[in-house]
Amino acid sequence: MDERVDGFAKQAGASLAEAGVMDARVPVAVRDLTKIYGSVTAVDHISFRLEPSTTVALLGGNGAGKTTTIAMLLGLVMPSFGEVRVFGADISRNRGEVAHRLNFQSPYVDLPARLTVRQNLTVYAGLYGLANAAERIAYIAEDLQIEPLLDRLTGKLSAGQKTRVGLAKALLNAPELLLLDEPTASLDPDTADWIRRKLKDYARAHGGTLLIASHNMTEVERLADRVILLHQGRIIEDETPKALITTFGRKSLEEVFLDVVRGRAKRDSDDTNGDQPPARKVS
Amino acid sequence: MSTARTARSGAEPIVLPPMGLSASLRRIGALVRRYIYLLRSSGVRLVELIYWPFLQMLTWGFLQKYLAGTTSPLAQAAGVLIGSILLWDILFRSNIGFATTFIEEMWSRNLGNLLTSPLRPYELVFALSVWSVIRLSVSMVPVATAAYLFFGFNLLDLGLPLVAFFAVLVLTSWSIGLISAGVILRYGLGAEELAWSLAFLLLPLCCVYYPVSVLPGWLQVVALALPPTHVFEGMRSILLHNTFDATELWWALSLNAVYLFVGYLTFSRFLASARVNGSLLQLGE
Repeated sequence: MDERVDGFAKQAGASLAEAGVMDARVPVAVRDLTKIYGSVTAVDHISFRLEPSTTVALLGGNGAGKTTTIAMLLGLVMPSFGEVRVFGADISRNRGEVAHRLNFQSPYVDLPARLTVRQNLTVYAGLYGLANAAERIAYIAEDLQIEPLLDRLTGKLSAGQKTRVGLAKALLNAPELLLLDEPTASLDPDTADWIRRKLKDYARAHGGTLLIASHNMTEVERLADRVILLHQGRIIEDETPKALITTFGRKSLEEVFLDVVRGRAKRDSDDTNGDQPPARKVS
Repeated sequence: MSTARTARSGAEPIVLPPMGLSASLRRIGALVRRYIYLLRSSGVRLVELIYWPFLQMLTWGFLQKYLAGTTSPLAQAAGVLIGSILLWDILFRSNIGFATTFIEEMWSRNLGNLLTSPLRPYELVFALSVWSVIRLSVSMVPVATAAYLFFGFNLLDLGLPLVAFFAVLVLTSWSIGLISAGVILRYGLGAEELAWSLAFLLLPLCCVYYPVSVLPGWLQVVALALPPTHVFEGMRSILLHNTFDATELWWALSLNAVYLFVGYLTFSRFLASARVNGSLLQLGE
Protein backbone atom coordinates (compact mmCIF):
# COMPACT_ATOMS: atom_id res chain seq x y z
CA MET A 1 0.00 0.00 0.00
CA ASP A 2 1.54 3.36 -0.92
CA GLU A 3 1.59 6.25 1.52
CA ARG A 4 -1.33 8.02 -0.08
CA VAL A 5 -3.55 4.97 0.10
CA ASP A 6 -2.41 4.07 3.57
CA GLY A 7 -3.10 7.60 4.76
CA PHE A 8 -6.49 7.52 3.13
CA ALA A 9 -7.35 4.19 4.70
CA LYS A 10 -6.30 5.40 8.14
CA GLN A 11 -8.34 8.53 7.67
CA ALA A 12 -11.34 6.47 6.56
CA GLY A 13 -10.91 4.12 9.51
CA ALA A 14 -10.73 7.04 11.89
CA SER A 15 -13.87 8.50 10.36
CA LEU A 16 -15.70 5.23 10.73
CA ALA A 17 -14.61 4.92 14.34
CA GLU A 18 -15.73 8.49 15.05
CA ALA A 19 -19.06 7.79 13.44
CA GLY A 20 -19.55 4.76 15.67
CA VAL A 21 -20.08 2.44 12.72
CA MET A 22 -17.41 -0.05 13.76
CA ASP A 23 -20.23 -1.21 15.97
CA ALA A 24 -20.98 -4.90 15.37
CA ARG A 25 -24.69 -4.08 15.16
CA VAL A 26 -24.31 -1.97 12.04
CA PRO A 27 -24.70 -4.35 9.08
CA VAL A 28 -22.76 -2.25 6.60
CA ALA A 29 -20.71 0.91 6.88
CA VAL A 30 -18.89 2.13 3.80
CA ARG A 31 -16.63 5.15 3.68
CA ASP A 32 -15.07 6.70 0.58
CA LEU A 33 -15.18 3.36 -1.19
CA THR A 34 -13.43 3.50 -4.54
CA LYS A 35 -12.54 0.95 -7.15
CA ILE A 36 -10.32 1.79 -10.07
CA TYR A 37 -9.60 -0.67 -12.88
CA GLY A 38 -6.77 0.79 -14.92
CA SER A 39 -8.16 4.06 -16.30
CA VAL A 40 -11.77 3.25 -15.36
CA THR A 41 -13.23 4.33 -12.03
CA ALA A 42 -15.96 1.78 -11.42
CA VAL A 43 -16.86 3.07 -7.95
CA ASP A 44 -16.01 6.60 -7.03
CA HIS A 45 -15.68 7.58 -3.36
CA ILE A 46 -19.03 6.38 -2.14
CA SER A 47 -20.10 6.38 1.50
CA PHE A 48 -23.22 4.91 3.00
CA ARG A 49 -24.45 2.95 5.95
CA LEU A 50 -27.15 0.31 6.19
CA GLU A 51 -29.27 0.24 9.32
CA PRO A 52 -30.45 -3.09 10.76
CA SER A 53 -33.72 -4.48 9.40
CA THR A 54 -33.89 -2.24 6.38
CA THR A 55 -34.10 -3.06 2.70
CA VAL A 56 -31.96 -0.83 0.56
CA ALA A 57 -31.70 -0.82 -3.22
CA LEU A 58 -28.59 0.07 -5.16
CA LEU A 59 -30.15 1.47 -8.29
CA GLY A 60 -28.28 2.38 -11.42
CA GLY A 61 -27.81 1.61 -15.08
CA ASN A 62 -25.34 -0.81 -16.58
CA GLY A 63 -21.83 0.05 -15.46
CA ALA A 64 -23.05 2.28 -12.63
CA GLY A 65 -20.95 0.31 -10.13
CA LYS A 66 -23.64 -1.79 -8.42
CA THR A 67 -22.04 -5.20 -8.87
CA THR A 68 -18.58 -3.91 -8.00
CA THR A 69 -19.95 -2.33 -4.83
CA ILE A 70 -21.64 -5.58 -3.79
CA ALA A 71 -18.48 -7.53 -4.63
CA MET A 72 -16.45 -5.20 -2.39
CA LEU A 73 -18.96 -5.67 0.43
CA LEU A 74 -18.51 -9.41 0.06
CA GLY A 75 -14.72 -9.23 -0.07
CA LEU A 76 -14.60 -10.62 -3.61
CA VAL A 77 -13.05 -7.41 -4.89
CA MET A 78 -10.53 -5.31 -2.98
CA PRO A 79 -11.22 -1.59 -2.86
CA SER A 80 -8.62 0.75 -4.35
CA PHE A 81 -9.37 3.20 -1.54
CA GLY A 82 -11.76 3.45 1.34
CA GLU A 83 -13.14 0.95 3.76
CA VAL A 84 -15.97 -1.51 4.16
CA ARG A 85 -17.15 -2.62 7.58
CA VAL A 86 -19.64 -5.44 7.86
CA PHE A 87 -21.00 -5.89 11.38
CA GLY A 88 -18.00 -3.88 12.52
CA ALA A 89 -15.41 -6.13 10.84
CA ASP A 90 -13.07 -4.85 8.16
CA ILE A 91 -14.19 -7.13 5.35
CA SER A 92 -10.84 -6.99 3.55
CA ARG A 93 -8.99 -8.35 6.55
CA ASN A 94 -11.46 -10.12 8.82
CA ARG A 95 -14.12 -11.55 6.53
CA GLY A 96 -14.02 -14.85 8.41
CA GLU A 97 -15.40 -13.21 11.56
CA VAL A 98 -18.67 -12.27 9.92
CA ALA A 99 -19.05 -14.44 6.80
CA HIS A 100 -21.52 -16.76 8.57
CA ARG A 101 -23.84 -13.80 9.19
CA LEU A 102 -24.24 -12.90 5.53
CA ASN A 103 -25.11 -14.56 2.29
CA PHE A 104 -25.66 -13.56 -1.28
CA GLN A 105 -27.14 -14.45 -4.61
CA SER A 106 -26.07 -13.27 -8.01
CA PRO A 107 -26.64 -14.22 -11.63
CA TYR A 108 -22.85 -14.10 -12.02
CA VAL A 109 -22.36 -17.23 -9.95
CA ASP A 110 -24.00 -20.64 -10.15
CA LEU A 111 -24.33 -23.68 -8.00
CA PRO A 112 -22.53 -26.71 -9.45
CA ALA A 113 -24.63 -28.04 -12.30
CA ARG A 114 -23.78 -31.71 -11.85
CA LEU A 115 -24.93 -31.91 -8.27
CA THR A 116 -28.56 -32.31 -7.30
CA VAL A 117 -30.24 -29.41 -5.57
CA ARG A 118 -30.26 -31.32 -2.29
CA GLN A 119 -26.52 -32.10 -2.60
CA ASN A 120 -25.72 -28.46 -3.29
CA LEU A 121 -27.76 -27.26 -0.35
CA THR A 122 -26.19 -29.92 1.89
CA VAL A 123 -22.70 -28.78 0.92
CA TYR A 124 -23.52 -25.13 1.63
CA ALA A 125 -25.27 -26.04 4.89
CA GLY A 126 -21.94 -27.63 5.88
CA LEU A 127 -19.95 -24.59 4.80
CA TYR A 128 -22.22 -22.29 6.81
CA GLY A 129 -21.99 -24.64 9.82
CA LEU A 130 -25.64 -25.60 10.15
CA ALA A 131 -26.20 -28.25 12.80
CA ASN A 132 -29.75 -28.92 11.60
CA ALA A 133 -28.94 -29.07 7.88
CA ALA A 134 -31.50 -31.68 6.83
CA GLU A 135 -34.37 -29.99 8.68
CA ARG A 136 -33.35 -26.56 7.46
CA ILE A 137 -33.16 -27.72 3.85
CA ALA A 138 -36.56 -29.38 4.15
CA TYR A 139 -38.04 -26.21 5.62
CA ILE A 140 -36.55 -23.88 3.01
CA ALA A 141 -37.50 -26.28 0.21
CA GLU A 142 -41.10 -26.20 1.34
CA ASP A 143 -41.07 -22.45 1.83
CA LEU A 144 -39.61 -21.74 -1.61
CA GLN A 145 -41.57 -24.55 -3.25
CA ILE A 146 -38.53 -26.40 -4.51
CA GLU A 147 -39.32 -29.75 -2.90
CA PRO A 148 -39.96 -31.44 -6.27
CA LEU A 149 -36.57 -30.14 -7.47
CA LEU A 150 -34.48 -31.41 -4.58
CA ASP A 151 -33.31 -34.58 -6.29
CA ARG A 152 -32.91 -33.09 -9.74
CA LEU A 153 -29.59 -31.98 -11.20
CA THR A 154 -29.13 -28.25 -10.69
CA GLY A 155 -27.88 -27.83 -14.25
CA LYS A 156 -31.14 -29.19 -15.65
CA LEU A 157 -33.33 -26.55 -14.03
CA SER A 158 -34.99 -23.61 -15.78
CA ALA A 159 -33.80 -20.05 -15.07
CA GLY A 160 -36.69 -19.47 -12.66
CA GLN A 161 -36.04 -22.70 -10.82
CA LYS A 162 -32.33 -21.93 -10.60
CA THR A 163 -33.13 -18.54 -9.12
CA ARG A 164 -35.31 -20.13 -6.46
CA VAL A 165 -32.59 -22.67 -5.68
CA GLY A 166 -29.99 -19.88 -5.52
CA LEU A 167 -32.27 -18.05 -3.11
CA ALA A 168 -32.61 -21.22 -1.02
CA LYS A 169 -28.81 -21.34 -0.75
CA ALA A 170 -28.75 -17.64 0.18
CA LEU A 171 -31.35 -18.12 2.92
CA LEU A 172 -29.93 -21.36 4.39
CA ASN A 173 -28.21 -19.59 7.28
CA ALA A 174 -31.02 -17.02 7.66
CA PRO A 175 -28.46 -14.27 7.08
CA GLU A 176 -28.65 -11.04 9.02
CA LEU A 177 -27.32 -9.36 5.89
CA LEU A 178 -28.49 -10.58 2.51
CA LEU A 179 -26.85 -9.18 -0.60
CA LEU A 180 -28.69 -9.72 -3.85
CA ASP A 181 -27.39 -8.80 -7.25
CA GLU A 182 -30.18 -8.57 -9.82
CA PRO A 183 -32.31 -11.16 -7.99
CA THR A 184 -34.97 -11.30 -10.69
CA ALA A 185 -32.82 -10.82 -13.79
CA SER A 186 -34.13 -12.77 -16.80
CA LEU A 187 -37.19 -14.07 -14.97
CA ASP A 188 -40.75 -13.90 -16.27
CA PRO A 189 -42.96 -11.35 -14.46
CA ASP A 190 -44.83 -14.00 -12.50
CA THR A 191 -41.69 -15.68 -11.14
CA ALA A 192 -40.08 -12.30 -10.49
CA ASP A 193 -43.13 -11.21 -8.52
CA TRP A 194 -43.07 -14.43 -6.53
CA ILE A 195 -39.37 -13.95 -5.66
CA ARG A 196 -40.03 -10.37 -4.52
CA ARG A 197 -42.83 -11.53 -2.27
CA LYS A 198 -40.54 -14.12 -0.72
CA LEU A 199 -37.84 -11.56 -0.11
CA LYS A 200 -40.31 -9.22 1.54
CA ASP A 201 -41.59 -12.07 3.71
CA TYR A 202 -38.04 -12.95 4.67
CA ALA A 203 -37.15 -9.39 5.63
CA ARG A 204 -40.32 -9.09 7.68
CA ALA A 205 -39.99 -12.45 9.43
CA HIS A 206 -36.28 -12.34 10.24
CA GLY A 207 -35.65 -8.63 10.53
CA GLY A 208 -32.70 -9.05 8.19
CA THR A 209 -30.99 -6.29 6.28
CA LEU A 210 -31.24 -6.58 2.51
CA LEU A 211 -29.12 -4.82 -0.06
CA ILE A 212 -30.42 -5.32 -3.56
CA ALA A 213 -28.54 -4.22 -6.67
CA SER A 214 -31.04 -3.74 -9.45
CA HIS A 215 -32.11 -1.73 -12.42
CA ASN A 216 -35.61 -3.06 -12.15
CA MET A 217 -37.83 -0.22 -10.96
CA THR A 218 -40.78 -2.39 -9.97
CA GLU A 219 -38.48 -4.40 -7.78
CA VAL A 220 -37.00 -1.37 -6.13
CA GLU A 221 -40.37 0.32 -5.57
CA ARG A 222 -41.84 -2.83 -4.06
CA LEU A 223 -38.98 -3.87 -1.84
CA ALA A 224 -36.84 -0.94 -0.85
CA ASP A 225 -37.20 1.35 2.13
CA ARG A 226 -34.40 3.40 0.69
CA VAL A 227 -32.73 3.85 -2.68
CA ILE A 228 -29.08 4.60 -3.28
CA LEU A 229 -28.92 5.89 -6.80
CA LEU A 230 -25.61 5.26 -8.53
CA HIS A 231 -24.42 6.90 -11.71
CA GLN A 232 -20.95 6.42 -13.15
CA GLY A 233 -19.75 4.98 -9.87
CA ARG A 234 -21.01 7.83 -7.72
CA ILE A 235 -23.92 8.16 -5.33
CA ILE A 236 -26.13 10.87 -6.69
CA GLU A 237 -29.15 10.31 -4.47
CA ASP A 238 -29.85 8.47 -1.24
CA GLU A 239 -33.56 8.72 -0.42
CA THR A 240 -36.74 6.77 0.09
CA PRO A 241 -38.34 5.82 -3.23
CA LYS A 242 -41.16 8.33 -2.62
CA ALA A 243 -38.80 11.15 -1.75
CA LEU A 244 -36.75 10.40 -4.85
CA ILE A 245 -39.79 10.64 -7.10
CA THR A 246 -40.77 13.89 -5.45
CA THR A 247 -37.26 15.34 -5.66
CA PHE A 248 -37.09 14.67 -9.37
CA GLY A 249 -40.69 15.78 -9.87
CA ARG A 250 -41.59 12.55 -11.63
CA LYS A 251 -44.40 10.02 -11.37
CA SER A 252 -42.33 6.89 -11.00
CA LEU A 253 -38.87 5.65 -10.21
CA GLU A 254 -38.49 4.62 -13.82
CA GLU A 255 -38.79 8.24 -14.90
CA VAL A 256 -36.26 9.22 -12.24
CA PHE A 257 -33.93 6.52 -13.48
CA LEU A 258 -34.24 7.75 -17.09
CA ASP A 259 -33.51 11.28 -15.93
CA VAL A 260 -30.36 10.07 -14.25
CA VAL A 261 -28.99 7.87 -17.01
CA ARG A 262 -29.81 10.47 -19.66
CA GLY A 263 -28.11 13.17 -17.67
CA ARG A 264 -31.21 15.23 -16.91
CA ALA A 265 -31.19 17.07 -13.61
CA LYS A 266 -33.71 17.32 -10.84
CA ARG A 267 -36.80 19.47 -11.37
CA ASP A 268 -35.61 22.22 -9.03
CA SER A 269 -32.49 22.77 -11.09
CA ASP A 270 -33.91 21.97 -14.51
CA ASP A 271 -33.60 25.48 -15.88
CA THR A 272 -30.02 26.04 -15.00
CA ASN A 273 -28.49 22.63 -15.31
CA GLY A 274 -30.46 20.88 -17.98
CA ASP A 275 -27.61 19.20 -19.84
CA GLN A 276 -25.57 18.12 -16.85
CA PRO A 277 -26.00 15.02 -14.74
CA PRO A 278 -27.48 15.74 -11.33
CA ALA A 279 -25.02 16.99 -8.77
CA ARG A 280 -23.56 14.33 -6.52
CA LYS A 281 -25.19 14.15 -3.18
CA VAL A 282 -22.75 13.25 -0.44
CA SER A 283 -24.45 11.03 2.08
CA MET B 1 -44.94 -16.31 8.96
CA SER B 2 -47.31 -18.08 11.35
CA THR B 3 -46.30 -19.08 14.87
CA ALA B 4 -46.94 -22.73 14.06
CA ARG B 5 -44.50 -22.55 11.18
CA THR B 6 -41.86 -20.68 13.10
CA ALA B 7 -41.96 -23.40 15.71
CA ARG B 8 -41.33 -26.07 13.06
CA SER B 9 -38.03 -27.85 12.99
CA GLY B 10 -35.71 -26.17 10.52
CA ALA B 11 -37.55 -22.85 10.62
CA GLU B 12 -34.43 -21.36 12.16
CA PRO B 13 -30.91 -22.53 11.37
CA ILE B 14 -28.76 -23.75 14.23
CA VAL B 15 -25.42 -22.21 13.30
CA LEU B 16 -22.37 -23.75 14.93
CA PRO B 17 -19.46 -21.52 16.02
CA PRO B 18 -17.56 -20.46 12.86
CA MET B 19 -14.09 -20.23 14.42
CA GLY B 20 -11.69 -22.90 15.58
CA LEU B 21 -10.35 -26.22 14.37
CA SER B 22 -13.64 -28.13 14.43
CA ALA B 23 -15.31 -25.42 12.33
CA SER B 24 -12.44 -25.63 9.83
CA LEU B 25 -12.65 -29.41 9.66
CA ARG B 26 -16.41 -29.18 9.17
CA ARG B 27 -16.01 -26.84 6.20
CA ILE B 28 -13.23 -28.95 4.68
CA GLY B 29 -15.48 -32.00 5.11
CA ALA B 30 -18.37 -30.20 3.42
CA LEU B 31 -16.23 -29.40 0.41
CA VAL B 32 -14.80 -32.92 0.17
CA ARG B 33 -18.38 -34.15 0.26
CA ARG B 34 -19.11 -31.90 -2.71
CA TYR B 35 -16.28 -33.60 -4.67
CA ILE B 36 -17.52 -37.06 -3.70
CA TYR B 37 -21.00 -36.12 -4.96
CA LEU B 38 -19.40 -34.94 -8.18
CA LEU B 39 -17.50 -38.17 -8.76
CA ARG B 40 -20.54 -40.26 -7.87
CA SER B 41 -22.63 -38.31 -10.36
CA SER B 42 -20.66 -39.60 -13.33
CA GLY B 43 -19.76 -43.21 -14.03
CA VAL B 44 -17.68 -42.02 -16.98
CA ARG B 45 -15.48 -39.96 -14.68
CA LEU B 46 -14.95 -42.91 -12.43
CA VAL B 47 -13.94 -45.16 -15.34
CA GLU B 48 -11.71 -42.42 -16.73
CA LEU B 49 -9.85 -42.23 -13.43
CA ILE B 50 -8.71 -45.81 -13.86
CA TYR B 51 -8.61 -46.04 -17.66
CA TRP B 52 -5.47 -43.97 -18.45
CA PRO B 53 -3.21 -45.25 -15.67
CA PHE B 54 -4.34 -48.77 -16.50
CA LEU B 55 -3.39 -48.34 -20.18
CA GLN B 56 -0.04 -46.85 -19.22
CA MET B 57 0.66 -49.67 -16.82
CA LEU B 58 -0.18 -52.25 -19.50
CA THR B 59 2.07 -50.60 -22.10
CA TRP B 60 5.06 -50.30 -19.80
CA GLY B 61 4.42 -53.72 -18.30
CA PHE B 62 4.60 -55.39 -21.70
CA LEU B 63 7.69 -53.38 -22.61
CA GLN B 64 9.26 -54.52 -19.38
CA LYS B 65 8.38 -58.10 -20.24
CA TYR B 66 9.92 -57.76 -23.69
CA LEU B 67 13.12 -56.18 -22.39
CA ALA B 68 13.42 -58.88 -19.76
CA GLY B 69 14.16 -61.26 -22.64
CA THR B 70 17.14 -59.18 -23.83
CA THR B 71 20.65 -59.26 -22.49
CA SER B 72 20.71 -55.84 -20.83
CA PRO B 73 21.18 -56.38 -17.09
CA LEU B 74 19.30 -53.16 -16.35
CA ALA B 75 16.34 -54.23 -18.46
CA GLN B 76 16.28 -57.52 -16.68
CA ALA B 77 15.98 -55.89 -13.28
CA ALA B 78 12.53 -56.78 -12.17
CA GLY B 79 9.89 -54.12 -12.21
CA VAL B 80 11.98 -50.97 -12.69
CA LEU B 81 9.95 -49.62 -15.58
CA ILE B 82 6.61 -50.61 -14.19
CA GLY B 83 7.63 -49.26 -10.79
CA SER B 84 8.61 -45.99 -12.43
CA ILE B 85 5.31 -45.59 -14.19
CA LEU B 86 3.29 -46.41 -11.07
CA LEU B 87 5.21 -43.89 -8.98
CA TRP B 88 5.07 -41.28 -11.73
CA ASP B 89 1.33 -41.78 -11.88
CA ILE B 90 1.06 -41.08 -8.16
CA LEU B 91 2.63 -37.68 -8.78
CA PHE B 92 0.78 -36.93 -11.99
CA ARG B 93 -2.69 -38.15 -10.94
CA SER B 94 -2.51 -36.41 -7.59
CA ASN B 95 -1.56 -33.17 -9.31
CA ILE B 96 -4.36 -33.54 -11.86
CA GLY B 97 -6.78 -34.35 -9.05
CA PHE B 98 -5.85 -31.16 -7.22
CA ALA B 99 -5.74 -28.80 -10.20
CA THR B 100 -8.72 -30.04 -12.18
CA THR B 101 -10.94 -30.11 -9.12
CA PHE B 102 -10.08 -26.47 -8.60
CA ILE B 103 -10.75 -25.73 -12.28
CA GLU B 104 -14.08 -27.52 -11.90
CA GLU B 105 -15.12 -24.81 -9.43
CA MET B 106 -14.38 -22.23 -12.09
CA TRP B 107 -16.10 -24.13 -14.88
CA SER B 108 -19.20 -24.40 -12.73
CA ARG B 109 -19.00 -20.68 -11.74
CA ASN B 110 -19.13 -21.76 -8.10
CA LEU B 111 -16.00 -20.02 -6.89
CA GLY B 112 -17.87 -16.80 -6.07
CA ASN B 113 -20.24 -18.75 -3.83
CA LEU B 114 -17.35 -20.51 -2.11
CA LEU B 115 -15.23 -17.42 -1.58
CA THR B 116 -18.13 -15.49 -0.05
CA SER B 117 -19.05 -18.35 2.27
CA PRO B 118 -17.29 -18.84 5.63
CA LEU B 119 -14.78 -21.11 3.85
CA ARG B 120 -11.21 -19.80 4.22
CA PRO B 121 -8.79 -20.05 1.27
CA TYR B 122 -6.50 -22.40 3.24
CA GLU B 123 -9.50 -24.65 3.90
CA LEU B 124 -10.17 -24.77 0.17
CA VAL B 125 -6.54 -25.84 -0.31
CA PHE B 126 -6.86 -28.52 2.39
CA ALA B 127 -10.05 -29.85 0.84
CA LEU B 128 -8.41 -30.03 -2.58
CA SER B 129 -5.42 -31.84 -1.05
CA VAL B 130 -7.53 -34.37 0.81
CA TRP B 131 -9.62 -34.93 -2.29
CA SER B 132 -6.57 -35.44 -4.50
CA VAL B 133 -5.46 -38.31 -2.24
CA ILE B 134 -8.93 -39.89 -2.25
CA ARG B 135 -9.10 -39.56 -6.03
CA LEU B 136 -5.60 -40.98 -6.34
CA SER B 137 -6.55 -44.01 -4.26
CA VAL B 138 -9.59 -44.65 -6.42
CA SER B 139 -7.32 -44.49 -9.44
CA MET B 140 -4.17 -46.26 -8.27
CA VAL B 141 -5.33 -49.11 -6.05
CA PRO B 142 -7.02 -51.02 -8.93
CA VAL B 143 -4.09 -50.29 -11.27
CA ALA B 144 -1.45 -51.40 -8.77
CA THR B 145 -3.49 -54.55 -8.16
CA ALA B 146 -3.67 -55.18 -11.91
CA ALA B 147 0.13 -54.71 -12.17
CA TYR B 148 0.52 -57.51 -9.65
CA LEU B 149 -1.99 -59.78 -11.38
CA PHE B 150 -0.68 -59.25 -14.93
CA PHE B 151 3.05 -58.82 -14.41
CA GLY B 152 3.70 -60.07 -10.90
CA PHE B 153 4.92 -56.61 -9.86
CA ASN B 154 3.98 -55.87 -6.28
CA LEU B 155 4.35 -52.19 -5.43
CA LEU B 156 4.33 -53.15 -1.76
CA ASP B 157 7.64 -54.95 -2.32
CA LEU B 158 9.22 -51.51 -2.05
CA GLY B 159 8.48 -51.92 1.65
CA LEU B 160 8.27 -49.10 4.17
CA PRO B 161 10.03 -46.59 1.89
CA LEU B 162 6.93 -46.75 -0.30
CA VAL B 163 5.06 -44.73 2.33
CA ALA B 164 7.75 -42.05 2.20
CA PHE B 165 7.84 -42.18 -1.62
CA PHE B 166 4.09 -41.68 -1.66
CA ALA B 167 4.31 -38.74 0.75
CA VAL B 168 7.07 -37.01 -1.24
CA LEU B 169 5.25 -37.42 -4.55
CA VAL B 170 1.89 -36.26 -3.20
CA LEU B 171 3.41 -33.24 -1.47
CA THR B 172 5.17 -32.28 -4.70
CA SER B 173 1.91 -32.67 -6.62
CA TRP B 174 0.20 -30.26 -4.21
CA SER B 175 2.94 -27.67 -4.69
CA ILE B 176 2.50 -27.81 -8.46
CA GLY B 177 -1.29 -27.83 -8.07
CA LEU B 178 -1.17 -24.69 -5.92
CA ILE B 179 0.92 -22.83 -8.48
CA SER B 180 -1.38 -23.92 -11.35
CA ALA B 181 -4.50 -22.96 -9.38
CA GLY B 182 -3.03 -19.56 -8.53
CA VAL B 183 -2.11 -18.79 -12.12
CA ILE B 184 -5.56 -19.88 -13.35
CA LEU B 185 -7.20 -17.70 -10.69
CA ARG B 186 -5.24 -14.72 -11.83
CA TYR B 187 -5.32 -15.25 -15.60
CA GLY B 188 -8.59 -17.16 -15.95
CA LEU B 189 -9.46 -20.39 -17.67
CA GLY B 190 -7.29 -19.42 -20.64
CA ALA B 191 -4.39 -20.65 -18.52
CA GLU B 192 -5.98 -24.00 -17.67
CA GLU B 193 -3.59 -25.86 -19.98
CA LEU B 194 -1.03 -25.19 -17.30
CA ALA B 195 -2.82 -27.59 -14.96
CA TRP B 196 -2.14 -30.41 -17.40
CA SER B 197 1.31 -29.46 -18.57
CA LEU B 198 3.18 -28.19 -15.50
CA ALA B 199 3.68 -31.66 -14.03
CA PHE B 200 5.10 -32.89 -17.33
CA LEU B 201 7.92 -30.40 -16.94
CA LEU B 202 9.12 -32.66 -14.15
CA LEU B 203 9.09 -35.81 -16.27
CA PRO B 204 12.52 -35.35 -17.88
CA LEU B 205 14.02 -33.54 -14.89
CA CYS B 206 13.02 -35.99 -12.18
CA CYS B 207 14.71 -38.91 -13.92
CA VAL B 208 11.64 -41.11 -13.84
CA TYR B 209 12.99 -43.73 -16.25
CA TYR B 210 16.77 -43.22 -16.03
CA PRO B 211 19.35 -42.46 -13.34
CA VAL B 212 20.44 -38.91 -12.53
CA SER B 213 23.95 -39.74 -13.75
CA VAL B 214 22.63 -39.73 -17.34
CA LEU B 215 22.03 -35.95 -17.16
CA PRO B 216 24.73 -33.36 -17.86
CA GLY B 217 26.36 -32.04 -14.69
CA TRP B 218 24.51 -28.73 -14.44
CA LEU B 219 21.15 -30.45 -14.99
CA GLN B 220 21.93 -32.95 -12.27
CA VAL B 221 21.96 -30.05 -9.80
CA VAL B 222 18.49 -29.03 -11.00
CA ALA B 223 17.26 -32.62 -10.85
CA LEU B 224 18.51 -33.13 -7.31
CA ALA B 225 16.74 -29.96 -6.21
CA LEU B 226 13.45 -31.64 -7.12
CA PRO B 227 11.99 -33.95 -4.46
CA PRO B 228 10.63 -36.64 -6.85
CA THR B 229 14.14 -37.29 -8.24
CA HIS B 230 15.10 -38.77 -4.87
CA VAL B 231 12.06 -41.02 -4.99
CA PHE B 232 12.91 -42.47 -8.40
CA GLU B 233 16.56 -42.85 -7.47
CA GLY B 234 15.51 -44.56 -4.24
CA MET B 235 13.15 -46.90 -6.07
CA ARG B 236 15.88 -47.96 -8.50
CA SER B 237 18.29 -48.44 -5.63
CA ILE B 238 15.86 -50.79 -3.86
CA LEU B 239 14.90 -52.77 -6.95
CA LEU B 240 18.35 -53.00 -8.52
CA HIS B 241 20.71 -53.10 -5.55
CA ASN B 242 18.42 -53.89 -2.65
CA THR B 243 19.70 -50.86 -0.77
CA PHE B 244 17.99 -47.73 0.41
CA ASP B 245 19.43 -44.44 1.63
CA ALA B 246 16.97 -42.77 4.01
CA THR B 247 19.00 -39.54 4.02
CA GLU B 248 17.88 -38.91 0.47
CA LEU B 249 14.26 -39.07 1.53
CA TRP B 250 14.75 -36.64 4.40
CA TRP B 251 16.35 -34.31 1.92
CA ALA B 252 13.37 -34.76 -0.40
CA LEU B 253 10.88 -34.08 2.40
CA SER B 254 12.75 -30.92 3.38
CA LEU B 255 12.65 -29.75 -0.22
CA ASN B 256 8.92 -30.50 -0.21
CA ALA B 257 8.42 -28.17 2.74
CA VAL B 258 10.07 -25.36 0.79
CA TYR B 259 8.08 -26.05 -2.39
CA LEU B 260 4.79 -26.28 -0.48
CA PHE B 261 5.50 -22.95 1.15
CA VAL B 262 6.31 -21.41 -2.24
CA GLY B 263 3.19 -23.03 -3.75
CA TYR B 264 0.87 -21.69 -1.06
CA LEU B 265 2.49 -18.27 -1.21
CA THR B 266 2.00 -18.19 -4.98
CA PHE B 267 -1.63 -19.24 -4.64
CA SER B 268 -2.29 -16.61 -1.94
CA ARG B 269 -0.59 -13.87 -3.94
CA PHE B 270 -2.53 -14.68 -7.10
CA LEU B 271 -5.79 -14.89 -5.13
CA ALA B 272 -5.08 -11.46 -3.66
CA SER B 273 -4.23 -10.19 -7.12
CA ALA B 274 -7.50 -11.63 -8.50
CA ARG B 275 -9.37 -9.73 -5.78
CA VAL B 276 -7.58 -6.54 -6.77
CA ASN B 277 -8.20 -6.78 -10.50
CA GLY B 278 -11.76 -8.05 -10.10
CA SER B 279 -11.20 -11.27 -12.04
CA LEU B 280 -13.11 -13.30 -9.43
CA LEU B 281 -16.25 -11.66 -10.80
CA GLN B 282 -15.56 -12.81 -14.33
CA LEU B 283 -14.58 -16.41 -13.74
CA GLY B 284 -16.61 -19.06 -15.46
CA GLU B 285 -17.05 -21.03 -18.63
